[in-house]
Amino acid sequence: MAMPGKTQRSNLEELLEGIWKQNPVFVMVLGMCPVLAVSVSAVNALSMGLATTFVLLGSTLLVSLLRNVIPKEVRIATYILIIATFVTVVDYLIQAISLAVYDALGAFIQLIVVNCIILGRAEAHASKNPPLTTVLNALGMGAGFTIGLLALGSVREILGAGKLFGNALFGPEFQPWVVMVLPPGGFFVLGAWLLLFNWLNSRKTKATTLPPTSLPSAEGHAHV
Amino acid sequence: MSETLGQIFISTLLANNLVLAMFLGLCPFLGVSARLNTALPMGAATTFVMVVASLCAFALNWLVTAFNLEFLRLISYIVIIASAVQLVEMVLKKYSPVLFRALGIYLPLITTNCAVLGIALFQTAREYSFTQSLTFAVAGGAGFTLALLLMAGLRERLRLAIVPNVVQGTALSLMLAGLLSLAFMGFAGLGSGG
Repeated sequence: MAMPGKTQRSNLEELLEGIWKQNPVFVMVLGMCPVLAVSVSAVNALSMGLATTFVLLGSTLLVSLLRNVIPKEVRIATYILIIATFVTVVDYLIQAISLAVYDALGAFIQLIVVNCIILGRAEAHASKNPPLTTVLNALGMGAGFTIGLLALGSVREILGAGKLFGNALFGPEFQPWVVMVLPPGGFFVLGAWLLLFNWLNSRKTKATTLPPTSLPSAEGHAHV
Repeated sequence: MSETLGQIFISTLLANNLVLAMFLGLCPFLGVSARLNTALPMGAATTFVMVVASLCAFALNWLVTAFNLEFLRLISYIVIIASAVQLVEMVLKKYSPVLFRALGIYLPLITTNCAVLGIALFQTAREYSFTQSLTFAVAGGAGFTLALLLMAGLRERLRLAIVPNVVQGTALSLMLAGLLSLAFMGFAGLGSGG
């Protein structure tokens, strides 16, 4: 069976993987339906991120604990049932804590069940690793997902409503860019974030591969 | 709910298109929309699963409410959808192995297509009747197929275009989806007022 942590990656690496190197939103581009749908404001984005993190933590922990008991043939069905159970819990939990948030997120809380990140983590990580590394990995993934949601939600809220977490940022003469809080805005902002990451990555690889004499030109990315 | 069937159909197909306005089913939307000849079968398979899931969800919802087991609703929906997908998979494998291979991993992934679960959940939340649910599911599937086809057509054209390296891939698809979504906003209000 898998040895705890030491032979593979350190616990810190396990935790950081989801936040940066394998960020579910910006790198793996997984689970985008809730990302785009609820990211109209930073508060919605944060609550969705936390709810997803909770489900991710609970279900991967359980999958990891049961990984030697679950038969291979029915593992996906088992994972989905476990996930659905935790989603039901979080659904009732949010309803009890804040009805306003519950109404804002709507069906998307229940739709956490079909978020590819969670099933992906259960299958790719939790089913092969001991509980401790799984929890760390899930925590990192959840944090990465929440950060991604927040990055999207705050940009959309600032541009589309001139606010952040409900606080007005600009004077009364601010003209909100309404399309940003409408569906197309979600696609545009996520596209722009991905563009930024691609650009940063391409600059980094260019800087390392090019000989030091040739300067990386400003429009170097423009040719195919 | 007093919406007529026509209103439900038009509003779900265009104004509240599942993909472009509700953000449901984005993974297959971005994943399978690279070519037209896989987009149509994928849309058809998803529509079929949606209709089956919607019918079963209607029956299940009645059952679950009758026995006061609302907390089991979500779990039972998921199980129903998974079995419907399994059914489609077996049928396709038997009658069209080529198509089966072309759709690849995206076929079993219909299970985790949020559009399918979304249809079941929304029809419950909006308390649709049996015929309304059926219309909703068919329109939802048609809307999904429509979005998939439009996107695939655009992306086939774009393959010939010269695009900067950094924009290629998902970023480009998302921008494209944004433009499509912007166009679909022109339908806003259609089918809602009557």
